[in-house]
Order: sequence, then C-alpha cells, then structure tokens
Amino acid sequence: MEKWENNRAWFLILPVFVIVAFSAIIPLMTVVNYSVQDILGPGQRIFVGTEWFREMLTNSRLHDALIKQLIFSGLVLLIEIPLGIAIALTMPHKGWTASVCLVLLALPLLIPWNVIGTIWIIFTRPDIGLFGATINTLGLAFDHTANPLHAWITVLLMEVWHWTPLVVLLAYAGLRSIPDAYYQAAKIDGASRWAVFRYIQLPKMRGVLTIAVLLRFMDSFLIYAEPFVLTGGGPGNATTFLSIYLVKLSTAMDLGPAAAFSIIYFLIVLLFCWIFYQALQAVGTGDKS
Amino acid sequence: MAKIELENIAHSYQPKPASDDDFALKKVHTVWEDGGAYALLGSSGCGKTTMLNVISGLLTPSQGRVLFDGKDVTKLPPEKRNIAQVFQFPVLYDTMTVFDNLAFPLRNRKVEEGEVKSRVHEIAEILDLSPYLNKRASGLAADAKQKISLGRGLVRKDVAAILFDEPLTVIDPHLKWQLRRKLKEIHTQFGLTLIYVTHDQTEAMTFADKIVIMYDGALLQIGSPDELFEDPAHTFVGYFIGSPGMNLLPCTVEGNRAVLDCGSIPLDPAVAAKAGQGEFKIGIRPLYLELGEQPCDGAVAGRVVSVEFEGSSSIVTVESGCSKFKVRTPEGRPVPADSCWVYFPPERTKLFRDQRLVK
Repeated sequence: MEKWENNRAWFLILPVFVIVAFSAIIPLMTVVNYSVQDILGPGQRIFVGTEWFREMLTNSRLHDALIKQLIFSGLVLLIEIPLGIAIALTMPHKGWTASVCLVLLALPLLIPWNVIGTIWIIFTRPDIGLFGATINTLGLAFDHTANPLHAWITVLLMEVWHWTPLVVLLAYAGLRSIPDAYYQAAKIDGASRWAVFRYIQLPKMRGVLTIAVLLRFMDSFLIYAEPFVLTGGGPGNATTFLSIYLVKLSTAMDLGPAAAFSIIYFLIVLLFCWIFYQALQAVGTGDKS
Repeated sequence: MAKIELENIAHSYQPKPASDDDFALKKVHTVWEDGGAYALLGSSGCGKTTMLNVISGLLTPSQGRVLFDGKDVTKLPPEKRNIAQVFQFPVLYDTMTVFDNLAFPLRNRKVEEGEVKSRVHEIAEILDLSPYLNKRASGLAADAKQKISLGRGLVRKDVAAILFDEPLTVIDPHLKWQLRRKLKEIHTQFGLTLIYVTHDQTEAMTFADKIVIMYDGALLQIGSPDELFEDPAHTFVGYFIGSPGMNLLPCTVEGNRAVLDCGSIPLDPAVAAKAGQGEFKIGIRPLYLELGEQPCDGAVAGRVVSVEFEGSSSIVTVESGCSKFKVRTPEGRPVPADSCWVYFPPERTKLFRDQRLVK
C-alpha cells in the first residue's frame, strides 16, 4: 500500500472538491466573513469578532422564533410520519389503482412552493375560499389573517397537505420491499395484525423512515416560501419562523447579525439531524442483558 | 404429527383458468405418511412451492381437498393447521432477541409465560442456540438465522409437519452439510413429517427417505433415491436424477430389439413384450454402458468425442449415428482413442413409451 499522500487517487476526486468548494464552501465562507465584521459600506468594514453571535444568542425575538420553529417542526413530524405510514399501509399493493394513488399523491409535491401558498390563500379565504367559506357557514368564525391560532392551523394544514405524500411514498416503497415470506411466516406463527406491523413492517421501514424524519425535519425547520406567501409571518409575529425572521433581518441590511444568525441556524439543523439519526439508528439494535 | 393427504388438488393463480396450462398444480393426488422425510425435487417453476403453500394453508387450492389425519383442513388458515414452514431466506423478527423470536409463535397463541420459557430453552438447546438467546437475531450468521426459523416451528408442541422451501440456498457449503445433519437428527428425535423442497438432487438424496419428483405441476414419481435411479418412471426423472443424467435415445421396437438410428440392441424380452404402440425411447445410465474396441451383439459403433475426468471415473462422450451419449468409465480403464463400440446390457436398458417407463 502506498502512502496516502502519494496516492494518485486524490487527482480523481479533485473535480468534486472544486465543485463543492464553489457550490458550498466558498459561499459559506462569505457568510462566515460577514458574521465577524461590521460592514458600513463598500470598502468600509470593522472586525467585530464574536459580537454578532453574542447579540444574536441573546436576541429575544430569535428565541421566540426558535421556540415557534421547534413547536412547528415537532407538530409536523408528529402528524406527518404516523399519517404517512397509515396511508401507505392502506394503499393498494398492485394493479392500476396503485398507480393512480401514487400519481395523485405525488401531485402536491410537483407544485412550486410559492404557488402552494397562493393556492392556500384562495382556499382559506373566509368569503370565497372552499375551506374558509365552508368553515364559516358551519358557524365557526375562521380567519387566518386575524387570529394567530387560525393562522397556525392553516400553515400546519398546508404543510401536512403538501408534504405528507413524500412520507407516504417513502413508507410505501419500504413496505413494498418486504418479501412475502415475512407475511407468510407471520401467518404461520399466528401473529396479529398489530404484531405484523410492530415486528415486521415498522422495523423494515426503519431506513426509509429515517430519511423521511430527516427530510421532513430539515424542510419544516427551514420552511419559508409557503408561510411567507400565506401569512407573511403574521398576524403579528405569530407565524414568524426562523427563516422568515432571518430574511427580515437581512433585508434590513443588518448583514452581520444575519450572517451570524445563519451560522447558528445551520448548526441547529445539523445538531438536530445528528440527534435524530443517532436515535433512529439505535432503536431496536444492540443486545439485551 | 400427522398424515397428510392431498385429494385431487389443482391450483391456478388465475381466477378463471381456461386450459390445463393455466394450472400451476395439476391434479395432484398423494399421501405423505406420518413421520416420513420427503424431498420434493423438481426444476424451478414446476409447482414445488405452490404445493408446499397448499399444504401449509398459505394458498387455498382451486380444486380438491387437503386432509390432516383424515380431517379436512382445506379452508383452514395456516395458523390453525399446526404446520411450520422454513423459507428460502431466513425470516426473522429483526428487532427481537433470539429468545423472543422463538417465543413469538407461543406468545401469539397465549401460552403461559413459564411454559414459553421452558419450551424455548429446550428448543434452543437442541438447535445449539442457547448462547445467543439474548442476542439480537439480526446480528447472527445465515445458518443461525435459518435455525431460528426452524426453531419457531419446533417450539410449538402440536406441530404436525415442517415444510422446508429450499432452506439451505443461502448457507455456505460447509455449513450446509452440518445443518442437513441437524435436520436429520431432529427428524429422528421428534418423529415429525418433513417435506423438503429443493432443486438440488444431492440434497434431496441425502436428506429424504422418499423423493417426490415434480414436473410441470404434476407428480411424476415417488420413491427412494435408489428406485428413482434404477427405475425412473418418466424420462424426465431419468434425465433429472444422476449427473450426468440418463442417456435417452429415440428408437423403434422390432420384436425383442430396439432399433436406433445407429444400430439395434436387444431388450429384456419381458419388457419388449409389453411395448405396445407409441413413441419409444430407450434410456440407460452412463454408469451401465460399457466401452469396448471389439464389436459384439448389443453394441453400437461410435466415435469418442471428448473425455472429462472426474476423479474416480471419467465421463466419455460418444457420437453414434445422429445421437450423442455419455458413458461413465472407472478410472484406469483404457478409453479408445477414436472409434469404439458401446455395449448396452439388456437388463439395464430401460424402454420408455410416450416418455413413461414400460415395465
């Protein structure tokens, strides 16, 4: 074996390094650059060290947005994962009905994100929206533009409608990959429907569900376009999630604090993904004493 | 433990089978004796697994009845039939320990926990799984996994028969032998009816008392390995059993002789008398053909095409007329270089009419 530094294989992965450098590392470094400086104008900047970080970490609006974001992502996972699994379990296994279901489910995923917001603005309008008007005729006063709770329910509903299909598709793929022999063995062993789900289907879906949880967590934690279009972060600050607050900051030309915030935001996402990944990998493995 | 009877079973995977070809299983009528070790042998797609699933209840046959000890179980689901089945790939409950895997069928049947424990320990002891009881099943090697699948069947006291669907496919060759011996041991110890599906004839021959040969959805022959080798009831059995298989040569029957395109050979007169009408073939094992350099009665002239050495013997391919056949000669016996005579001993030469043995 040659020494690693003489290994010519390094040349082969050089192109990848170049691409990653331009697509990820250099832009990220710009953000790092901004986060430690106070930029007053072209060519006028002062190095401020960790000041922006300290300011951001003690910013109460950021805390407020972070808590909202955590509650939102938590609710999204709690609703979408079980719902997605439930739908996947009830879907037909084969034939044309399966294809029809898959196409219908994939539709929300194909719509551009800001269009989704627009659809839901119309859908939930209290006067002409199918959803809003129906609820109002039932005698419940519903207005997501004025009532914070209603705004939350609307954003959550939209998110669930938009992204549960992804969980369904992943779970469905996981279910289809279980060989028939497992179900046959379970039948012979006299397993109940619940036992089949608990001991065969759920463990076999572990891989795809890990992906589903990570994707749904990241996406919902970074959610921007849909609530921005639908509620604009309001009423008040009720639906001002982290990314919406971040954009408010940076459009106010507070680039330094916004950059520091971006890095903190990035680290939070990374931390949570790592925790989820570790937890999901550890469930149901290892020996009993 | 049970005697299993299949009464005129036929099964089609299509809702409305139109012709015979739509049936995966065609009119199977047979009895599996209590405590027998059977191997179900046939090429892929001949209906072996369908038959197994009909017995275990995973499939309800389109026609016919399944009887266990005289009781009709055709409509009973698998969990009510006291059948255990081991599949080609180990089926395990990954998140459970080995103990929980073995206990699973008992717990599902609401067996009291003390009994579960003693039963699982007993079976684990027999299968050499005791050291792993507290380990996760998913981390074990393939052979241990297959033993767990088997254990889940054995752990039930009322189990009538164990069905194996090519259980050794994923096992390393040197462990195959060990596991096969374990199966034999268990068979004698428990006196269970075993049905073992395989397409590997060596596996079938070493495992079973009786071998059942299937072809195209039908049972061709049931017999001991010896019977199948010496008296195959069908040309497929002759060709399928033995390596290389039986030489099969088309012929016509004239008096007591079979006329081939390369000459004629005498037949056993008793067989020749029953020949009747039809399309004839003679079949003979490569082992029983004799190679010589001199002509004699019952020999045909040929030319040696190739010789393959197989340790204790050689397989010689001989071309004669328009047919080719294989001769197994013991090591050390000289093989003619080119032209030769092949002698067909009449008592070993089998006559087939329309693919079926004349006897």
